[in-house]
Amino acid sequence: MHKESEIRDPLILGNKTYHDISKDVARPVEGKANKYWWVLFSLSLVLFLWGVACMAYTIGTGIGAWGLNRTVNWAWDITNFVWWIGIGHAGTLISAVLLLFRQKWRMAINRSAEAMTIFGVLQAALFPLIHMGRPWLAYYVFPIPNQFGSLWVNFNSPLLWDVFAISTYLSISVVFWYIGLIPDFAMIRDRMNATISPMKKQLYSFLSFGWSGKAKHWQRFEEVSLVLAGLATPLVFSVHSIVSMDFATSIIPGWHTTIFPPYFVLGALFSGFAMVETLLIIMRKVVSLESYITIKHIEYMNVIILLTGSLVGTAYITELFMSWYSGVEFEQYAFLNRATGPYWWAYAIMMTCNVLTPQLYWITKIRTSFVATFILSIFVNIGMWFERFVIIVTSLHRDYLPSSWTMFSPSFVDIGIFLGTIGFFFTLFLLYSRTFPVIAQAELKTILKSSGSEYKK
Amino acid sequence: MMNKNILYGIFDDEEALLSSVKEIRSNNIEIEEVFSPFPIHGLDKALGFKETRMAIMAFIYGCIGLSLGALMIYFIMIVDWPQNIGGKPNWTFYHNMPAFVPILFECTVLFAGHLMSITYLIRCGLFPGNKSDSPDVRTTDDKFLMVINTDGDTSSIKEILTKTGATEINEKDA
Repeated sequence: MHKESEIRDPLILGNKTYHDISKDVARPVEGKANKYWWVLFSLSLVLFLWGVACMAYTIGTGIGAWGLNRTVNWAWDITNFVWWIGIGHAGTLISAVLLLFRQKWRMAINRSAEAMTIFGVLQAALFPLIHMGRPWLAYYVFPIPNQFGSLWVNFNSPLLWDVFAISTYLSISVVFWYIGLIPDFAMIRDRMNATISPMKKQLYSFLSFGWSGKAKHWQRFEEVSLVLAGLATPLVFSVHSIVSMDFATSIIPGWHTTIFPPYFVLGALFSGFAMVETLLIIMRKVVSLESYITIKHIEYMNVIILLTGSLVGTAYITELFMSWYSGVEFEQYAFLNRATGPYWWAYAIMMTCNVLTPQLYWITKIRTSFVATFILSIFVNIGMWFERFVIIVTSLHRDYLPSSWTMFSPSFVDIGIFLGTIGFFFTLFLLYSRTFPVIAQAELKTILKSSGSEYKK
Repeated sequence: MMNKNILYGIFDDEEALLSSVKEIRSNNIEIEEVFSPFPIHGLDKALGFKETRMAIMAFIYGCIGLSLGALMIYFIMIVDWPQNIGGKPNWTFYHNMPAFVPILFECTVLFAGHLMSITYLIRCGLFPGNKSDSPDVRTTDDKFLMVINTDGDTSSIKEILTKTGATEINEKDA
């Protein structure tokens, strides 16, 4: 039995019992969807279908359908890729790193954060696939013996590191998620009435792998979770470090810096937590989980956003300083051009949304307000998208040869694919919120007596 | 002739169950199984379980992943088709190693995580389509259930169960 200081705020509000937790977690699965769910779902589905159409158009006509040109040959696709991967980082941080640190507040939010991770990484994986132009040849990226002679992949290339990092990250996240889901699927299975909904009962019976909650199984479960957390923690840091090396190992001014790996990892955590907040503030209302996802959880996440936001800000300033201090003319121009060139507005949005507005979280009133947090989390999402856009496009659009300097403007296909991935992401998340146990209820029950409000009186 | 019985002691509270487990085991009565809706801290020790070897397996699997990854890269980059890429040393594995570290790490994690999870599922007999063998569906919700096999005298065990806080005791012929 865990003991906890009395002055700590409760994490589970309302006088809940174990049975209440089961009931509340199973409610969205057992009940019918409300009006708002259908509205959001239809909207997401429409966006998703529009995205599919734009992807089909790209694959049918070629990458020329995008706004790319010979100077700016990487733009929205890689921006979106890095943005989605970054969003994917908070899930593993919450479920793995916070598990190692024994942070109990992770328990109410880790399931959804990990769902967000998996869905985010799926969106990210779409972009390299589409950018290949001929996605049916995607297996070329894997080290498989082939009939084209010894046409092996290049293990010196960060792009190949990316293939390994992201596929490992995605599959380990799915496994970690599913190991935790098995007992919760079993709980839903055991609540289902076989005569009223035989199909559903069978489905959850299938998904729960015959889990029954034996003592030995729980012992193994805890050890496996701990080891997976231990494996996922360095993994999550490695993934975005490797993504940053896609840029850092090149010799483009503005990309060729050693600060990139930590800077990208922090940015990823920053944007990931913001997206978790955006999703959870809506979800707690839509599926009535106000007792479990409380303002305390939001405040803890805001503190992390404040910390990572400030560190990201420090990285921006360090980058500026180092470009001046390096004495390299091209490096200096790249940064001067970022801040004052034709893309100054993108730089300004990035600075405002990532460095300035998160500082508002120093104020307790803002840090502990759902409305303010929701608005600021959207700001962070926007700011982090622009960060990647600034890094990628401003470094490319004015290259070594002034005659080839140009600007980038996205075509409707670029925009359509980006909107499509947002639609796809929300479609998956909305489906998840109606069919999965959105809170890790078995874990949550272990802290009811130490962190439930009626036990803390 | 002794008749074999199965006793189900059902508890509402994990602390009551834990103290009951200790009490019963100190009376030299064997507990067949305990079902609970969530992991109970200290229950494995109270039941006298050995430590699980999942972590050791993960370490072994990680070593396998690292070795296989190294072997794959060695074969592809050094033996089968060495290429001069950006002037990086390409004739020995040792000199080219720094560039291989990320993928060696990913291979280690990939093997350790997946094979350990598969081992866990196999050791616990969890697979799609398997049926739960819990005697009471409430054990995934809010009830804690203890299974005791007896031959003959159930009254003394029932007494201990009641004394230690069991809210329900069911009996079944084996």
